[in-house]
Amino acid sequence: MIKEGWEVVIGLEIHAQLSTESKIFCGCSTRFGDEPNSNTCPVCLGLPGALPVLNWRAVELGARAALALGLELNGRSVFARKNYFYPDLPKGYQISQYDQPFSERGELEMMTSVRDESGHAREWKPMKVRILRLHLEEDAGKNVHEGLPETDRFSYVDLNRAGTPLAEIVTEPDFRTSWEAYDYVNHVRRALQWVGASEADMEKGNLRCEANVSVRRTGEGFGTKVELKNLNSVRFMQKAIEFEIERQIELIESGGRVSQETRLWDDHLGETRVMRSKEEAHDYRYFPEPDLPPLVLPEGFAERVRAEMPELPEARRARFMDEYGLSYPDASQLTSGRALADYFERAAKASENARAASNWIRSEVLRELEAAGRGAEESPVAPEELGALVRLVDGGKISGKQAKDVLVEMFRTGKTASAIVEEQGLAQVSDAGEIERIVSEVVAANPKQLEQYRAGKESLLGFFVGQVMKASQGKANPKLVNETLLKKLKG
Amino acid sequence: MLSVVAGRDERDATTADVAVPDYASHLTGDARGARIGVPRALFGEGLDAGVRASVEGAIGVFRDLGAEVVDVELPHAKYAIAVYYIIATAEASSNLARYDGVRYGFRAEEAPELRSMYRRTREEGFGAEVKRRIMLGTYVLSSGYYDAYYLKAQQVRALIKRDFAGALDSCDAILTPTSPTTAFRLGEKTDDPLAMYLNDIYTVTANLAGVPAVSVPCGLSGEGLPVALQLVARHWDEATMLRLADAYERAAPFDARPRVCATD
Repeated sequence: MIKEGWEVVIGLEIHAQLSTESKIFCGCSTRFGDEPNSNTCPVCLGLPGALPVLNWRAVELGARAALALGLELNGRSVFARKNYFYPDLPKGYQISQYDQPFSERGELEMMTSVRDESGHAREWKPMKVRILRLHLEEDAGKNVHEGLPETDRFSYVDLNRAGTPLAEIVTEPDFRTSWEAYDYVNHVRRALQWVGASEADMEKGNLRCEANVSVRRTGEGFGTKVELKNLNSVRFMQKAIEFEIERQIELIESGGRVSQETRLWDDHLGETRVMRSKEEAHDYRYFPEPDLPPLVLPEGFAERVRAEMPELPEARRARFMDEYGLSYPDASQLTSGRALADYFERAAKASENARAASNWIRSEVLRELEAAGRGAEESPVAPEELGALVRLVDGGKISGKQAKDVLVEMFRTGKTASAIVEEQGLAQVSDAGEIERIVSEVVAANPKQLEQYRAGKESLLGFFVGQVMKASQGKANPKLVNETLLKKLKG
Repeated sequence: MLSVVAGRDERDATTADVAVPDYASHLTGDARGARIGVPRALFGEGLDAGVRASVEGAIGVFRDLGAEVVDVELPHAKYAIAVYYIIATAEASSNLARYDGVRYGFRAEEAPELRSMYRRTREEGFGAEVKRRIMLGTYVLSSGYYDAYYLKAQQVRALIKRDFAGALDSCDAILTPTSPTTAFRLGEKTDDPLAMYLNDIYTVTANLAGVPAVSVPCGLSGEGLPVALQLVARHWDEATMLRLADAYERAAPFDARPRVCATD
């Protein structure tokens, strides 16, 4: 919780790697984990005379990302050089965008929640976030200081990543808590994955974020902001912001001043520490990249990209509620990923009972998938097979309880529901004649209980049901058994 | 050679997808009716008398060939040197950043750490003129100076472009000297870079405007040093430019031998 009398202001920058096959300004592969420096050429090595040529696929994926986050595309944007020296930056400048970015003026609605002590969400509420801009740029390479000979004397440079396309997404300072920031990053990750713009996997480093954090006494102007880096997971980011809020408030309350600086999160120590102060800040000397013409989008480009994009999560959630009668929380859960939403929709169609399909997926299917560490797209049980299972239950072939066991078996063996029901002889007996025969036998075999029942001891119904189920080896349709028994017992 | 390098290059995003004509077929030797624009305002201060005489002679040759000589105005051309040395050095300061000793080329020995390796490599590896340009270019792009220098220069460059487009509406080619003086002695102006830069006045002006230009020898100065004229044409109109240059060369073949001497 934030201390009484204080307000926190947080802005976020996200760098997301766009899922192109090749780099943004040359034809080299963007594959991760290859032999160091194997995916390089004169362009991304910064050899003299080699020139950048824009990869149009990066523009399309950048446009998908921008549209998915509610940004407007600028018909004309300009690449700019950001100049600084670092060994992982072969040209001595990064090709980025500056005063005329690819897209601007975004606003998105996301869900956020306060958390209890153990980090569990309490109540999800919608929140609007303004996004200042999304621009395109190239990534730098990577310096390697470990795992190679003589690292006490040498550092190594791997330029496989140099020139990988990135979208930099910058928000307005709209967040007031670390959890809002946390929920935003997860929202962006899902949106980028959903439209296929980025894998947005922080572990692989294809999504990175930086946070600008400042505090102020309620009602005052903005405080001095501190930039936080080295936030290697969404959780680290949340913890780093939380630490930074406390540090800044304590500092000011004890008479100190926050200095404008960049700080790194150290997860082992659980604290942030200074990386560089404002005085050491770079002057990047941005200027328009003379080797590239302005990026001019063809007429109708945004509409074309939008038409190629899958239905967005928010729209799909609304449709699930409308079309399938799902509740808001259920529809939200089923649209938390595109594969899951696809899975639900196919299962809903095959089952002819969308509510039941939703219940099965949100409980049993997700539990099985989670246990196996798989996504919905890798489910060993096809959505159509789940639909078939739901139909077996709805058609009275098997009971709901049996169906749970059948589903576990389907996940274990990959067999269809009807095959398992057949194999294990689980099919319910729903033949009225057959049930009537068993019921008659059972009633005839227990005259004493029949007499007691007729004398008013109606609780004996359970006894008769048990006997009938036993006689049918558990296969009799319980509903039919009940009905038939009631008739017979009354005489 | 021009017909080989001209046109779209898939590996150079700054090239245009414009059809390349057969330049040679335009070399007819015919300059009749061509309009040659002369920006008299640029023939003033700093123009060597011998250069002026040679170029005036060349203008006479065009008249004799049946071309019409007209006056043109390039009001912003006088800022061209300032504009050029801001934009060119800005680009150079960034273009040369890759010579940092990390991946290739010269690297200073025994630097104790990264920053000093960078500093020493660039201190030892670059010559005086290159360093001067890197410093100038870094300065004009620096925070607080960008608007006053680089941005302003780009704005003036746009005006120079407009000047040329306007002037070339009323003529087929603009004729100037290639250089205001003949060759100076080796090392003579090393201590006065500004005087050296001023020699580029006519050539860099065309470069800033982005229009094609060709230099043609047109005589010897009083000291026997070669003089050349420059013809500047419209965008994508190299064919006319080369036709006029060729017509001039045929009418006034340059067979004089310049006085070349190492010491004097």
